Amino acid sequence: MSLLEKLDRAAAARKAQLPGGIGAFGIPIEAIYSATEARIGGRKILLLGTNNYLGLSFSTECREAAHAAIDAEGTGTTGSRMANGNYSGHRALEAEFADFYHCRSSIVFTTGYQANLGTISALLGKGDVALIDGDSHASIYDGCILSGADVIRFRHNDRDDLEKRLRRLGERSKNTLIIVEGIYSMLGDQAPLADIVNLKKQYGSLLLLDEAHSLGVLGETGQGLVEKTGLNQDVDFITGTFSKSLCGIGGYCVSNHEQLDQMRYVSHPYIFTASPSPATIAATRAALKILSAGTELRKRLWQNAEQLYSALKNIGYQVGPQPGPIVAIILDSPEQALAMWNGLMAANIYVNLILPPAAPEGKSLVRCSINAAHTPEQINYVSQVLSELYAKLH
Amino acid sequence: MNEVTQEEILKLLCQRLTGLAKADFEITAETNLITQLAIDSIKLLNLIMEIEDNFDISVPVNALTDVITVRDLADLIYRIKSESK
Repeated sequence: MSLLEKLDRAAAARKAQLPGGIGAFGIPIEAIYSATEARIGGRKILLLGTNNYLGLSFSTECREAAHAAIDAEGTGTTGSRMANGNYSGHRALEAEFADFYHCRSSIVFTTGYQANLGTISALLGKGDVALIDGDSHASIYDGCILSGADVIRFRHNDRDDLEKRLRRLGERSKNTLIIVEGIYSMLGDQAPLADIVNLKKQYGSLLLLDEAHSLGVLGETGQGLVEKTGLNQDVDFITGTFSKSLCGIGGYCVSNHEQLDQMRYVSHPYIFTASPSPATIAATRAALKILSAGTELRKRLWQNAEQLYSALKNIGYQVGPQPGPIVAIILDSPEQALAMWNGLMAANIYVNLILPPAAPEGKSLVRCSINAAHTPEQINYVSQVLSELYAKLH
Repeated sequence: MNEVTQEEILKLLCQRLTGLAKADFEITAETNLITQLAIDSIKLLNLIMEIEDNFDISVPVNALTDVITVRDLADLIYRIKSESK
């Protein structure tokens, strides 16, 4: 099979899975009005499929900071942190992340994807073991593959299954990095962190926690699952992204291990890419301040999330195992999910359509995500439309 | 399970894969897991977790890179099982 024929095969599989439904992916947003509304297909659409959990994408402080940074430092750094792309803003943001997590130090990466890729591939090498949750994000899988370590999966959020696999590793458990996520991006459920911390201590492993979806969402100051569970000092490495609650693009790793600093010299995804732009860094610094003081935003976010989660449960939908900003409707087939996605778009509501293998357990998902800027009226409208669709599709 | 032969592993794999394949598709040792069976990557990885538990071994995801046919998979599992004794 030629190189191009492989892509033809992938295209054919995609079309066969969802005939007529290709338009559900990569839909163009023609104008964006606010954290909750946009124009799509010439119509005003309610956005219920972003990762803008605190609704900060139009924050005055963040926009002003970005504008000022462009005026002062230009549009891009044109180089790596190892060369000409290491501005004082990058260093300042790293110090602020370390303070925010009460950790020794932090490293900023150009994307959240690269934060996982760069951290995991720097920590692990051939002969080591990555023990990862079965529902891990692709950036975790790709980081593990890049590292050359042996990659072993455990059943999603299953403490006993993790222990069984640690026990099987014997002495190798001491050269093992366990990797879990604060909130999982598809079903919105949280890792059983206390159990996992106990196991990593018992077996002498290290633990990496990805707070991509939980930063800004969980904990009094928004650190994520580490703060909610009070386990900040028990997790070895915390990674995360700027592209969700912080409304930018970039990623970070924080740690109390002094070896984190050495990562700057061995992590290819950190070294061989241009550093984040001055505007990105400035907006992220402003957003991090708002996020850490954002108790009221988190309260509104959780009120909205619980309102939609309980409404969908009452209607009769199968939803993810616990309430949160990601509310996933679980459906048996891609056809059902596409019908629901089309029904929601017809009612001017945008959500994410997730099909196998991206959705767990071979299911399909209509993934709704809530933010602090949604109004109770908007949530009521979504609930009403989903109630009508339930009657129509069941 | 103490001793297991390659043929026993192959038989078990064919049984498990039959449940994942389309109805009336016959699985043989030479069935290509990707082009013929066309099961998605997550289903295959979940099957690997079952196999790990069945034989009390660790099968790294990265070791599957060279696996093309059902026999390749059986050979890999047999090798890991033998080395774990």
